[in-house]
Amino acid sequence: MAEKVREFKGGPGARGRGPRPKVANPGKLFKRIMQYVMRRYTVHIIVVVICIFVGVLANVRGTLFMQTLIDDYILPMMGSADPDFGPLLAAMARVAVFYAIGALSTWVYSRIMVNVTQGTLRDLRQDLFSNMEGLPIKFFDTHAHGDIMSIYTNDIDTLRQMISQSMPQLLNSVITVVSVFISMVVLNVPLTVVTLVMVAVTLTSTKTIAGRSSKYFIAQQKELGKVNGYIEEMMDGQKVVKVFCHEEESIENFNRLNDKLCESSYNANQFANIMGPVTMQIGNISYVVCAMVGGVLALNGFGGFTLGGLASFLTFNKSFNQPINQMSQQLNSVIMGLAGAERVFRLLDEVHEEDEGNVTLVNAKLENGVLTETDERTEMWAWKNIRKDGTEELVELKGDVVFDDVDFGYNPDKIVLHGVNLYATPGQKIAFVGSTGAGKTTITNLINRFYDIQDGKIRYDGININHIKKDDLRHSLGIVLQDTHLFTGTVRDNIRYGKLEATDDEVIAAAKLANADSFIRKLPDGYDTVLKGDGANLSQGQRQLLAIARAAIADPPALILDEATSSIDTRTEQIVQDGMDKLMKGRTTFVIAHRLSTVRNSDCIMVLENGRIIERGNHDQLMELKGRYYQLYTGGLAAS
Amino acid sequence: MIKTLAAHIKEYKAASIATPIFMILEVIMETAIPVLMASIIDKGVEAGNMKHIYTVGAMMVAVAALGLLFGVLGGKYGAKASTGFARNLRKAMYENIQTFAFSNIDKFSTAGLVTRLTTDVTNVQNAYQMILRMCMRAPFSLICAMVMAFIINARLASVYLIAVIILGGALVLIMSRATKYFGMVFEKYDDLNASVQENISAIRVVKAYVREDYEKDKFKKANGNIYNMFVNAEKIITLNAPLMQTTVYTCILCISWMGAKMIVGGSLTTGELMSLLTYCMNILMSLMMLSMVFVMITMSAASARRITEVLNEKTDICNPEEPVYEVADGSVRFDHVNFAYGKNAAEPVLKDINISINAGETIGIIGGTGSAKSSLVNLISRLYDVNGGAVYVGGRDVREYDIETLRDEVSVVLQKNVLFSGTILDNLRWGNKNATEEECRRACELACADEFIERFPDGYKTYIEQGGSNVSGGQKQRLCIARALLKKPKILILDDSTSAVDTATDAKIRRAFAKEIPDTTKIIIAQRISSVEHCDRIIVLDDGVVSGFGNHDELMKSNEIYRDVYESQTGGGGDFDEPGKV
Repeated sequence: MAEKVREFKGGPGARGRGPRPKVANPGKLFKRIMQYVMRRYTVHIIVVVICIFVGVLANVRGTLFMQTLIDDYILPMMGSADPDFGPLLAAMARVAVFYAIGALSTWVYSRIMVNVTQGTLRDLRQDLFSNMEGLPIKFFDTHAHGDIMSIYTNDIDTLRQMISQSMPQLLNSVITVVSVFISMVVLNVPLTVVTLVMVAVTLTSTKTIAGRSSKYFIAQQKELGKVNGYIEEMMDGQKVVKVFCHEEESIENFNRLNDKLCESSYNANQFANIMGPVTMQIGNISYVVCAMVGGVLALNGFGGFTLGGLASFLTFNKSFNQPINQMSQQLNSVIMGLAGAERVFRLLDEVHEEDEGNVTLVNAKLENGVLTETDERTEMWAWKNIRKDGTEELVELKGDVVFDDVDFGYNPDKIVLHGVNLYATPGQKIAFVGSTGAGKTTITNLINRFYDIQDGKIRYDGININHIKKDDLRHSLGIVLQDTHLFTGTVRDNIRYGKLEATDDEVIAAAKLANADSFIRKLPDGYDTVLKGDGANLSQGQRQLLAIARAAIADPPALILDEATSSIDTRTEQIVQDGMDKLMKGRTTFVIAHRLSTVRNSDCIMVLENGRIIERGNHDQLMELKGRYYQLYTGGLAAS
Repeated sequence: MIKTLAAHIKEYKAASIATPIFMILEVIMETAIPVLMASIIDKGVEAGNMKHIYTVGAMMVAVAALGLLFGVLGGKYGAKASTGFARNLRKAMYENIQTFAFSNIDKFSTAGLVTRLTTDVTNVQNAYQMILRMCMRAPFSLICAMVMAFIINARLASVYLIAVIILGGALVLIMSRATKYFGMVFEKYDDLNASVQENISAIRVVKAYVREDYEKDKFKKANGNIYNMFVNAEKIITLNAPLMQTTVYTCILCISWMGAKMIVGGSLTTGELMSLLTYCMNILMSLMMLSMVFVMITMSAASARRITEVLNEKTDICNPEEPVYEVADGSVRFDHVNFAYGKNAAEPVLKDINISINAGETIGIIGGTGSAKSSLVNLISRLYDVNGGAVYVGGRDVREYDIETLRDEVSVVLQKNVLFSGTILDNLRWGNKNATEEECRRACELACADEFIERFPDGYKTYIEQGGSNVSGGQKQRLCIARALLKKPKILILDDSTSAVDTATDAKIRRAFAKEIPDTTKIIIAQRISSVEHCDRIIVLDDGVVSGFGNHDELMKSNEIYRDVYESQTGGGGDFDEPGKV
């Protein structure tokens, strides 16, 4: 198998609360996210921005009302003997309208954002999935599956956070800060300066704390990684611990790691917790200072500053500090979201499998001895090649496979197959044998173009497989793999996977052919039994039988069986083998074998060693050759 | 559940009590600020008293500084208590897991235990911190603000009381509905992710059958459903913010209107009005905070429950009251043994097993998958307890021995075996802490592991990666055998431990055993007939019943299953990788 390259380093677990991740090009990424959101939700976003704007203005207007209330209504009325509350009532009614608009627009934008966020995430997931389905096998072989999964779970989650909460709040904060700032300047310049100074103090102190805190968070993350690693390793080996009575040592080691984690996470949390009180109390002090300075100003009537103005200003002071603190918090989660987005887009940008083939697979029939294309589902298939001059050519699908001097390496620098030549005529059974790592599985990866060869040619019915459309090529090949993978769904669905339009009778016929029918009938719901978690409720042998039935229903002219019976005990294997023999009848079959009984009746046996075919021939010929095959077969190696 | 968890706060009790106290003190400071504020405005600004402004202003700064101090201390102790609590929980769980018998481990599964020790503890830690810091703070702040409001003006304050009741009720309603919906959504969401996972691991099947479009359609449907469910659930949450705003605005309007009348009427001052409006924010923010705490606690409740399960789990196998510390010899006897996994399992795995094995004998065990071969040998070192009958080792019931003594004398090489990160020597010394390098080397020779170890550049100091990922399957198995040999046991059990070792080496190991440790009873489970055919006697297991027990020749004559297996493996020449006959 190809080397595992873990590209998505620091994927799962490395996230969460803590130091800000580094993002290479935040501006560009942000633009891309916005473009993605806008693609479908331009109108929605415009409405949201307007609503946020209106909401903030209504709020600011409400705060300014304090001034009017005190200066224009209460103070004058206090002097009058017969106060008229009429104008006040009217003013309040106007403010009430503002408030109502504010609350309404808050609701409208939150409600719209639900659709925008969820819709965007839905599209992202769909795009991710659709794109992933088109990626070459190499991608899956070179990326840890857990890391790919973490994109669907963790990264999408941070994106949700960012789109649904951080971005609207950030926008809200910015608008609030700007409008509050303008209002403050209008109300009183000196007090505004005081407020700004205090904000600067807050920002510097939080930055200092954040710096310390982030250092400890990194330490905590490291210790947490160690503890989790140790837990995973020991839980996995817990039975071995019991067998060797190693409990005490195991506890001792764990306690050491656990204590270290406790210390570093105490430090990290401590600093994170301090952040809140610090910003809040500096905010309070800012409020006090403003009150004092404002009090002096109002008292001296400096620049026409009034008591009502002070009241409003103090409210603004509060509502100025809040969004600034919020902005620094939101910025953090925006950056985390961007880091997630980077990984999401990287997966979206992965290049699809190339498919330059134009030869397609069509149903065919013989008309007066001439092969012709037809729409009917005949039992006969043909390769249809449209030549450059526009003429069509039909070649009957027979299952004749030729390898011509094929070189291949998963990594171009490291060739694992050297000059492989082989010839399989229709209906023949070709076996590959050789020790682990000799390159058996690799050969089968090439026939259906899971991987592309570096040099040489592979021909299928005389056509270079690079010229055949991948989908059509794969349709013509059935494959049963060493690791059986089943899908969540009923047994029937799983068999039908080989041919989606198959009738129930066809499903049962395929199951019978694979010797699977009898055990399926014993399952609680027969063919309608739901399989979960990759068929975990079935035995290895039963799963293998289902995989064979799945291949049988597809009825391909050629078959690849990769160590299909390796992990089954000998008795069960007989049943599976029987099913496979029936399946192989009349098809070109490539068998990768483990046990010699599977191989002996092959038409041709290829002995592979270090990526080269060192011997070929049928059983008798190879025995006569008295080479490697003979040696292995008779146990000569064991004796030597 | 809470009682079990609370028992592990232990040395962090002081910090756990201090945190809410500091939080309350912080709240008191916070509540004092609007009062002082009102005083500045009424007695200072309006009365034109600069001195009053300065004195009260200085007081306010002092109060804010105290608030800062208490807040910082609260944060500090909150962190101490919650991280310490998490540490104790992990420790307690880990220690309890170490006492678990195999059956307890099976019950939770490895992945289950890992989640409980990691994610679940983190959830509980965060919730605990939240409870300590917010659970007291929020209601207290609410009460303080309310009390102050009532002191200033009872009539106006009653507006808040009504608002709190309405908003509180609405929040509870919204949150409880939302949590219910979200519970359902996340379940579906997990299913969706499970199907992605399935597609990733089965990508070869998808591509081989050209089912990409089919899978995309399937995904699209599920994805669309998730979208609708999420929108429906979040729709409820979106009511939160406008509801809150409306309440605040209504309060402000009511207070302003009524306040204006009172000020004009002389029963309220401007400063008091402003304090009241500040308290309004305090009250409603606390309410909001409470609803968040409520959600957080509900979310971590599942984690807490899972942790409690581990903490409360009692091991199924305990040391006897007066344990025996001496195993006489390596003889084994099964006397009418019945065994099932789980007490209520319908079908016993082993049925009425009667076998007697002499000390020093080499016994093979063969049988199909699921014929209970592993279950049989696991009873010998008391990894599981029998449900009926008894297993005797050295003439005594295994349940009479000290467990450690028994397991040192009965050394099992498990089927699913693991090596641990550390050097080869570290790993070998699991078998015997004090083994010299020479002894380790000797054990490796016996297990035919020396040949490949010496080829490693660092020899016995070679570092083994977690799970032994840098050695091959066969090498791993041989290291595991060497590790078990270092115990110098009276009984050695190999549970399919040479399946990845080639036949020649397999034979060599068996010859070494026969020659070097003739007195040790050897029990070998194998798939390959060649691994057991030369044993003194062979047990043929079929579906939990002994179908034959005798030497190779006897079984060939009398036992159909044995003959079947033999013929199927040798008839075609057995394995290519590891050919059958030796």
